[in-house]
Amino acid sequence: MVRCFLIHTVCPLAALGPGDSRILYCRVFGPDEAERHRQLSPEEARALQKEKTAVVARQVRCSVSLSREASGRLLVEAVPGEEALALQEADSGVVRLRAGDPFTEETSALWLGVQSLGFTLVCEPHENLLLAEGTLRNLTRHCLEHLHMLGQGSEVLLRSNRIDALLSRLLPHGQLLFLNHRFAQSLEKEVAAYMAK
Amino acid sequence: MFSHGSESLIKQAREIQESELQKFYSRLVKLLQAKEHSHETVDSLQRLHLILSATKYARTLPPELHKRVLSLLSSPSEQLQVLGSAVLRETLPLSGQELNYNQENVSQLNSHAAALLLSQARSTADLSSLCAQLLRGLESRQSDGSAHPLTHTLPVLNTVLTHRPECLTEDHVTLLSKKLVDWLRYASITQGGCASSGGFFTGPRSRQPVPTAELDGTVSGDFFTVLCVGQSFTDDQWMNVYSFSMLRHWLLTYHSVSNGNATADTANRLQLSLSLSHSHSFSNDDRSEVDGSVVSMVSATSSSSRLLPPKERLREKAFQYCQRLIEQSDRKAHKKGDADLQKACLVEAVCILDCVCVEDASLVFRTFPCIKALFGRLSSDLSFARVLLPIAQFYLNHGEMAAVDCECVWRLVFARFPSELFNDQFLAHELLRFLRLNLESLQLRVPQYIRSFPNLLKLLAWDSPALMDDFVDLLPSLVTAGTAVELLHTLLDLPCLSATLVLQHRSASLPIAESSARGLLSLDAFRSPSFRGLFLFLLRGEAGSGDTIDRLNTLHELLAEAADWPRVVQCSQSVPVLLHIFFNTVITIADEKLFAHLILVMLERSSLLLNIPKYITETHRVAGLSLRDRVRSSAISEELRVEPLLLRIERNQLRVFSCHLLKFCKLHPSLVVDQSHELLEFAGATANVYSKEEIYTHVVWVLGEYLSVSCDSRCSVKLITSCFEALEAVLFEITSSAPPPGAVCPAPRVVTTLMSALAKLASRSHDLIPRVSLFLSKLRTVTRGGSVAWCSDEDDLVAIVTRGEELWSLLKSPGVAQSVLTPPQHVMTPRWHRDTNVATPLQLRALTNLTQSQ
Repeated sequence: MVRCFLIHTVCPLAALGPGDSRILYCRVFGPDEAERHRQLSPEEARALQKEKTAVVARQVRCSVSLSREASGRLLVEAVPGEEALALQEADSGVVRLRAGDPFTEETSALWLGVQSLGFTLVCEPHENLLLAEGTLRNLTRHCLEHLHMLGQGSEVLLRSNRIDALLSRLLPHGQLLFLNHRFAQSLEKEVAAYMAK
Repeated sequence: MFSHGSESLIKQAREIQESELQKFYSRLVKLLQAKEHSHETVDSLQRLHLILSATKYARTLPPELHKRVLSLLSSPSEQLQVLGSAVLRETLPLSGQELNYNQENVSQLNSHAAALLLSQARSTADLSSLCAQLLRGLESRQSDGSAHPLTHTLPVLNTVLTHRPECLTEDHVTLLSKKLVDWLRYASITQGGCASSGGFFTGPRSRQPVPTAELDGTVSGDFFTVLCVGQSFTDDQWMNVYSFSMLRHWLLTYHSVSNGNATADTANRLQLSLSLSHSHSFSNDDRSEVDGSVVSMVSATSSSSRLLPPKERLREKAFQYCQRLIEQSDRKAHKKGDADLQKACLVEAVCILDCVCVEDASLVFRTFPCIKALFGRLSSDLSFARVLLPIAQFYLNHGEMAAVDCECVWRLVFARFPSELFNDQFLAHELLRFLRLNLESLQLRVPQYIRSFPNLLKLLAWDSPALMDDFVDLLPSLVTAGTAVELLHTLLDLPCLSATLVLQHRSASLPIAESSARGLLSLDAFRSPSFRGLFLFLLRGEAGSGDTIDRLNTLHELLAEAADWPRVVQCSQSVPVLLHIFFNTVITIADEKLFAHLILVMLERSSLLLNIPKYITETHRVAGLSLRDRVRSSAISEELRVEPLLLRIERNQLRVFSCHLLKFCKLHPSLVVDQSHELLEFAGATANVYSKEEIYTHVVWVLGEYLSVSCDSRCSVKLITSCFEALEAVLFEITSSAPPPGAVCPAPRVVTTLMSALAKLASRSHDLIPRVSLFLSKLRTVTRGGSVAWCSDEDDLVAIVTRGEELWSLLKSPGVAQSVLTPPQHVMTPRWHRDTNVATPLQLRALTNLTQSQ
């Protein structure tokens, strides 16, 4: 199962401290794990969950910058309409999140760095990472296209229901799906119909 | 991408005033009261979501609004369902209000409502009833034949199983296992939706069911799997996809549904067992007869599994499904996406097979031929590396039992993967995870593992930030008495290895004829046959060909320009941590001989690292000279920025050395006598005072502390005298002249340590006392004038002189000096508080007894 899906910044921002990351979209799947072990009030549980996702975002942001620094590749600026190019040029990687840091179990955070944004899937330890990679790419492509994320708008904040709808099909409740191109097409048709509304 | 607009939106959402928020709430309530929900409603809900989610502090909606939003979950518009669910997930549930879906509104429990229930379920009871309800939904669906899409049911159940297995009962597991068998093995094999495709004139012939196809276009000859395609799919084909997607997780975790909490009333259980036996005898829920028309190799081998209990039956069907997937993955897919899916399916299939074999060992013999054939098919193609890893896991788990030779698998995993695919970070992540999880059995059964450390470290050298964590866990397992020395050298050479891998990578991607843009000297060296041996040694795949090489200096010179490559810098930052781990592990396994060897390596390698001080003067010179040559001034500023960093790393390494040198000697004081020749040689070289202050200080301290008869009876007066003379010469030299050009003044700590060491040695051989006293008195006379050339700071100088006077006065009474400077062992490690025969504890105990008895 996938623990959470995040879209967050991986570039320096004036409003944030160095190494910090702004989370633009966050979806945590399943019941909150914190409550299982400790009796937290709902407020505390929520704050804890937000902190946990912030930790993931920071870790990934750090990993993206180190990986970019090491590879020495120049970032290719893509404009709206060039989603395929942006995706092709995206950096990708995986971060091991130790048990307790921040989730109780060990997890792997798969990330895709598209220009100044990171798309991150946090997977359970025995998850099929090959499938997760494909799913992450697919999700990212749809997000870039349907929310026009290569442009300057803020649709990622103001149309986040589109991402929810997308996730409910391609990653229902955090379940990675083995979809061949026909199944994928049929889901994409549904997605397109949703976006057209 | 991320614009100022977005940032200011988030800021607005966070800083919204309470009055404004209340106005917004009431406007939204009005909007939601309307019969038709306008575009404005959607927009406002979305804004509400942003306001709620932008802050980590939870907000509560007014009850009226909360109710309205809740009712959106059953709205016919999916967009409103999505928004309703998203908004409520970000709020706190109203106190006292339970999100209960009873039996009547099970049809309302769409995916988005279920998501809300899952995220806000607070008690086990909530989730239990949700599961029960979903399972009922699955059953009733079959009975009334309604085509309501319930695909989200399986992911929801899987989520519950992951997070709260205690919410499912044994009965739930049985029921779902049976369902999974149906969907996996007996989904329709004809394409869905053909009836609707017929027009007015279509005759009955064209309405005949069309069978599904394989990925290469041929007609499927066997049961439906996720690798079958068609124009459209039936519901049970969708369920097939969902079932397979959750199958492995299900097989891995359904045990966590303990029998203990299946304490449903016994009547219920009895009923179930009755219905089970019923279904067994008549096999009325088994549809295998229905599709008996097409039978291939896989289904032909299936036994009469109908008689098995549900869990075993599911295992059997999973086994068949995976075998079929492996067959299907050999077909040439037309689409790239499908080819990727085939790989992912292979990974999943092999993992599931491993999982069922772990549970039921009798399946091992049926599975191995297939796994072996798959390995044979894929092993030559490294693009399948990530599929081969689960296969290796299978061999490791079951190879011994099936008496299969695993040599070829380990050759691939430990030799070819790291040496050829070191830059595939996903493979590296999975490979290291595989090693971590199987560490014990690898150490036990796979001797190649430890021998392959030069290869495994390539992964780290290439991508140290991402893999450091794994090596922190793995490194101790690689340290053995046989590998320690070579491993230490290899760790020290890690930055060189990193640079070499970069060169190898560039060399492979750039044609020989084309000189690279930066005109890399090191790349030319890498390609030159005369240095081939050096690089080949660094790139060796196995340990055992020698601990290190002679011409390390040459290698460091060749790679000097690599010292500012980001990858190399990142790598060198990880070395001190690894060295600490290495030494901490070595201490637990090494004997004196190994310790002695390691001390030699430390002394030798302290001057054979990527030599940074030299590098600094070099860079300064280059930076100065090349201002006119080089146009790219940014490159220079980069170099200058990197320098202090590298300096720090070098210092860190020396610090690690000295820290562990102390530990070694404390553990085995006789090491100092054993290695006195080498230690003296090191301590007698004045140049080391300036270039390796850290380790030099520690060597001197170790000599002064442990060169004593009380530590080792072999310690002769002659040895003490020769040590004294060597140190005396150095101390005399550094305190009588200015430091050599280019070096800074010796640290005061070095001077005082030297003085103390001399005093200690003198206290053990009293003939030497006059010589120390003479030196110390001279020191006082010289410094009376104020400043000296070898110490720039006045306070430091005062401290040094004070220390000298202390030692001097101590040495005036040799007996006292000896007991202070070389205290006997029992004084060093007092344990009076634990010694029951000493008076104080005895008295205390007596007093306690007296007071307590009263």
